[in-house]
Amino acid sequence: MTTPTDSAVRPNVARDTWNVLIRELRPIVRDPFSLIFSLLQPLVFLGLFGPLLIGMSDAPVSGTLQWFVPGVLVMIVLFGTGTVGSNLQYEMMTGSHERTLVAPLSRSSLLVGRALKEIAPIVVQASVIVLVAWPFGFTVNPIGLVAGLALIAVFGVGLGALSYALALGTKEHEWLFWGVQQMLIFPLLILSGMLIPLEEGPAWMRVIATVNPVNWVVQGERALLSGDFTDLTVLWGALAALAVAAVGLAVGIRAMQRSR
Amino acid sequence: MANEPIIQAQGLTKLFTVSKKTVEAVTDLTFAVVRGELVAFLGPNGAGKSTSLRMLTTLLPPTAGGASVVGRDILRDPSGVRARIGYVGQLTSGSFAQRVRDELISQGAFYGLTKSASRSRADELIESLDLGGFATRSVQQLSGGQKRRLDIALGLMHAPPLLFLDEPSTGLDPQSRANLWQHIRDLRAQHGTTVFLTTHYLEEADRYAERVMVMDRGRIIADDTAARLKAELAGDVVTLRFDSDADARTAASVVGALTAREVDVEGSVITVTAPDGDALLPTAVRALDAEGLVVRSATGVPPTLDDVFLALTGRTLREADRTAQEQGSEETVEQTSEPGEHPDPESQSTETGDAGFAQKGTK
Repeated sequence: MTTPTDSAVRPNVARDTWNVLIRELRPIVRDPFSLIFSLLQPLVFLGLFGPLLIGMSDAPVSGTLQWFVPGVLVMIVLFGTGTVGSNLQYEMMTGSHERTLVAPLSRSSLLVGRALKEIAPIVVQASVIVLVAWPFGFTVNPIGLVAGLALIAVFGVGLGALSYALALGTKEHEWLFWGVQQMLIFPLLILSGMLIPLEEGPAWMRVIATVNPVNWVVQGERALLSGDFTDLTVLWGALAALAVAAVGLAVGIRAMQRSR
Repeated sequence: MANEPIIQAQGLTKLFTVSKKTVEAVTDLTFAVVRGELVAFLGPNGAGKSTSLRMLTTLLPPTAGGASVVGRDILRDPSGVRARIGYVGQLTSGSFAQRVRDELISQGAFYGLTKSASRSRADELIESLDLGGFATRSVQQLSGGQKRRLDIALGLMHAPPLLFLDEPSTGLDPQSRANLWQHIRDLRAQHGTTVFLTTHYLEEADRYAERVMVMDRGRIIADDTAARLKAELAGDVVTLRFDSDADARTAASVVGALTAREVDVEGSVITVTAPDGDALLPTAVRALDAEGLVVRSATGVPPTLDDVFLALTGRTLREADRTAQEQGSEETVEQTSEPGEHPDPESQSTETGDAGFAQKGTK
C-alpha cells in the first residue's frame, strides 16, 4: 500500500490542459456511438430540408448540395458544440466540478481542455455527414475538406468555450442556460444563410448578417469544400473563426477562474 | 514533527451578503489539528461547518483571518494546499458521464501521478473500497453507497496526509454508513491519515470521532473528546424511585449532599444529573440504605452529544436543524452574494442556511 506522501505537484497549464482533454475524451472513446446519435439532427436537416431546397431551386442536385452541405457542417457545431455547456452545468450541480476545483490544476486548463475536446466530435460528425451526402452527388476537394474541418474546429473551440462560459455564468439555473442559448442560436442560424440564402431577404437582415461570424464561417466553409482556396470568403471565414475562438477562450477562462 | 499542527486556523471569518445585509457565516475560527487526529465538526445545518471546510480547502477565500494547511498558507499558496489534501465534498465527486476506473485514473493524472502509478493506485483503491464489480460502469449507474465509496477513492488517489470529508454519510443507509466508517478507520489505522470531517449526525460524531468541535451559528462553542464533553457538559441522568413521596424528599437531600448537585423531586421519584453516573449509582444506593431508605428502582442514562448541545445552546440539534431549514427557505440563493463581488449562488447554495442562521443570531 502507498503511504501518505507529501506530493507536491504544481499547476502547469500545458500538462493540466492535456490531462483535462484526455479525461473529457474518455467517455467518447468508451461510447463512440453517442457521437453518431447526436448526428440525428443534422441528418434530419440533410434528409428533410435538403430535398425541399433541391425542389425549390432550378440548379442541379449536386449544385444545391454543394451549397447546403457546408452549412450543415457548421450547423453541427452550432447545435452540438453550442450546447456542451450543459455538460459542465450538470457537473457543477452533481459535484464533480467542485472536485476538480480542489485539485491542483490551473483553472484555465479546466476550460481550455474542455474546449479543445470539442474538435473530436466536430471532425467525426462532419466527416460522417460528408460521407452520407457523397452518394447523392456532393463532391468535395480533399485538401479543402481538411481545411474546412480545421475551420469549423477552430470555430467550435470558440463556441464551445462560450457555451462553457454561459454554464459557469448561469450556475445551477438550467432554465437560464437554455433560455440564453436558444435565444442566441436561432438568430445566429437564420442570419447566417445556412439554410436559406440571405440574398432574397430584406436589406436589414443582410446588414446584420455581415456582422454575424457564423455567416462568414459558412461562406468560408463553402469555398473551402469546393476547393476555391483563393476566394476572399476563405480569409473572412478564417478571421471570423479565429475571432470567435479568441473571444470564447478569453471569456471562458475568465469565467472558470472565478468559479468556486 | 509529529505534534506539529497539520491545520492551524487563525481567526477565519466569512461574511456573506444576504438581502443587502452582511451576515457572518463563520466567525473568528481559531484551532489547531495535529497529525493523525480524527476530528469532527458537529453542528446543525447552517452552523457554518461547510463554509469553514470550503475555506480550509481553498474553495472559498476567507473575509478575514487565515490558515495553514499541511504547512501551506491557504491564501498565499492555495495550489500548494490543494496538492497536499484530499477533499470529499457533499455531492458526488465523480462525473456522471465517466466510468469509475477512468475517473480514478484522470484524478491520478491531475495530481501528477505517472500513468502506471495512476493505474496501480486506482486498482488498489477499487479493491480496498469494494468497487471491483463496477469499475467499468459509469458513475451515473452507481448506487448512493457506491458513489460515496468512489468519492472517497477519488479523495485518496494521491495518498494525501490530510483528508477533508463534508457530510460523508448524508443520504446513506445505515449499512453503507457503517461500511464507510470502517473504510475511514482502516485508512487511519493503516496510513495515519489525518481526517477532518463535518457531520450533523450525533451518533456518528459520538461513536467515531476522537475529537469533536461543536459548531453553532458560525462559532466553535466546544472542542474536546466526546466522552469529556459529555462528562463535563451533560453528565449521566440518574433516576431513583422510592415507596413514598416523603422518602423521595429525604433521599433528595442525601443525594444532594453526596453529589453537590441539584436534585429534582417528582412524587416518589428523584432525578440528578451528574458526571460518572455508573459510580454514583451504587454509592447512592448504599448511602440511602444506611439512612433506612429503600430504593425501589435505579437507572442511569448516559448522556448523548445532543445533551451537550442542549447544555451549550439551550436547544437540541434537531430543533436547530429545523430552524436552519426554515431560515434557509426564506432567503433565495439569488440574493446571496459576497460583499463587493458578483452574486455567487453556486458556492452559497449549501451556505444559505449558514447565512440565515448567522443572521438570526446577530439580530
